Formats: sequence, C-alpha cells, structure tokens
Amino acid sequence: MPRYEYSRYLQGRYEVHGRDFVDAGLVSSQIKKSLKDKGIHEDIIRRIAIIAFEAEVNIISYATFGTISYYLLPDSIVFEAIDEGQGIDDIEQALEEGFSTADDSIREMGFGAGMGLSNIKKSSDVFEITSEIGRGTCVKSIIMLNGKE
Amino acid sequence: MMLETVSERLSLKCKCCWENLKREVTGGYAGDLLSDVMANSSAGNIWVTRQVHQNIVAVAALKEHAAIVIVQGATPEKETLDKATKEGIPILVADMGEFEVVGRLHRLLYPDQG
Repeated sequence: MPRYEYSRYLQGRYEVHGRDFVDAGLVSSQIKKSLKDKGIHEDIIRRIAIIAFEAEVNIISYATFGTISYYLLPDSIVFEAIDEGQGIDDIEQALEEGFSTADDSIREMGFGAGMGLSNIKKSSDVFEITSEIGRGTCVKSIIMLNGKE
Repeated sequence: MMLETVSERLSLKCKCCWENLKREVTGGYAGDLLSDVMANSSAGNIWVTRQVHQNIVAVAALKEHAAIVIVQGATPEKETLDKATKEGIPILVADMGEFEVVGRLHRLLYPDQG
C-alpha cells in the first residue's frame, strides 16, 4: 500500500449488506459507471469491475455489512472493501483457487466457486488482505494506471 | 455476426429486449460459475448458461455481453427478466442443452474452425 495518505482522493463509498443477493452487482455497476464518467481506460475498468464484483459478492456471502470505497490517485486507483463479519481463518487457504466455505444455497446460484479472492488478486497490481476472526475482513487493491487514463 | 441471425439459426426464444437483437456478437462464453464468467468472458460475448436467477444479469451488464442464452428450455425468473429489461440485455432461451448450444454457436461464429 502507498505510504502516503490517499483518503483525500476518495471518489465513492458504497454500502453492501450481507445476504442481499437481490442487489448483488449493484455497487459494482455504480463503480463502473463512475469510472466511465471519469474517462478511465476500459482495460482498467474491466479489471476493477472484476475486483468490485468479487468483493461485493464476498461481503454479501460472508459478512453482515461492509463498505466498498475507491480512490483515484494521479497514478493509480486504490480499491478497498472492509466488512464486519465472520472473518477468514486461514488466508492462504482462502486465496487458493477452488477453496470455498460457501454453503449450498450460495453455490446453487453459481457463486462460491472459490475464485473470488484469487480473481481479485489476479486483477490487481498490489493486493493486500487482512482479517480477524469474528470481526471482519479488509481487502485492498491497487491498480496502476500506467498512463491509461 | 448479428445477434438476430444467431437467434434465428439456433431457434432461440427471445424473452426480453427484442429491440436489442440488432447488435454484433463478438464471440461466446459458456459457464455456470459467475466468477469464471466474470474473469474470462469478454464484451460483446453471447453467454450460454443454465443459471436463471437475477444475478446473471448483473454479470452480463458488468461484462457488457451481447445477450444471455439460457439452455435446456429453462424458464428465467421474473426478476431476471425485469432486470434484463432494465439493463437492455436480451435473454434468449434454447431448448437444447448446453453442449449442443455451444457446438452450434461455435460452428456458426467460427465456420472455418470446423
């Protein structure tokens, strides 16, 4: 994560509620629209759409409440998903593709394939995750703009 | 190839957004795992799936798919059609199973690849 303060670059903060599968994807589409309005390059938007969708679905699936924020810095976009929920016991295992603790109701909808966190990681230039059992999880992602503005 | 042509050739039944059938299909993707489709499909794709719930529309909208094809004659949920109408994403239903739909679709979109 950048050592400098990036809160002043906040562009949007969105609330996500646990188990609200009806609205799954709503926040991601709002973020996508916001990035499009700002003229961000479509390659960057494509990556952030994946990150945002997976983070949103994770909060809905495993947390009671969470916020998703994104910051537009001169050279990068910082994406943050912070939730209050069960937390992750073994982060290394959670990052393995195919590993999931999703129940059948989640899997039936085509979620819980164990690809969420690894998709976020693959789409990020910098990826950081911290979690505390019984408290919640914080996912941070940086996407470098590399002149694609 | 135009979505309208694809729909006719595969005898698909359009359930919403008829006005958007005149769009170009750039390719296709098949899958029932939403994360897989999010990560690997592309804009303009026709997405073939057995899922019928409303979250498929969120994925198709985020990925800017040309259309969703639901296989095996399954009925999309009402909420799915409402959301698709709002997002302008045509939902087409095929009587065939996923394997057959994908095979025909591939032959149609890429006739040179056998």
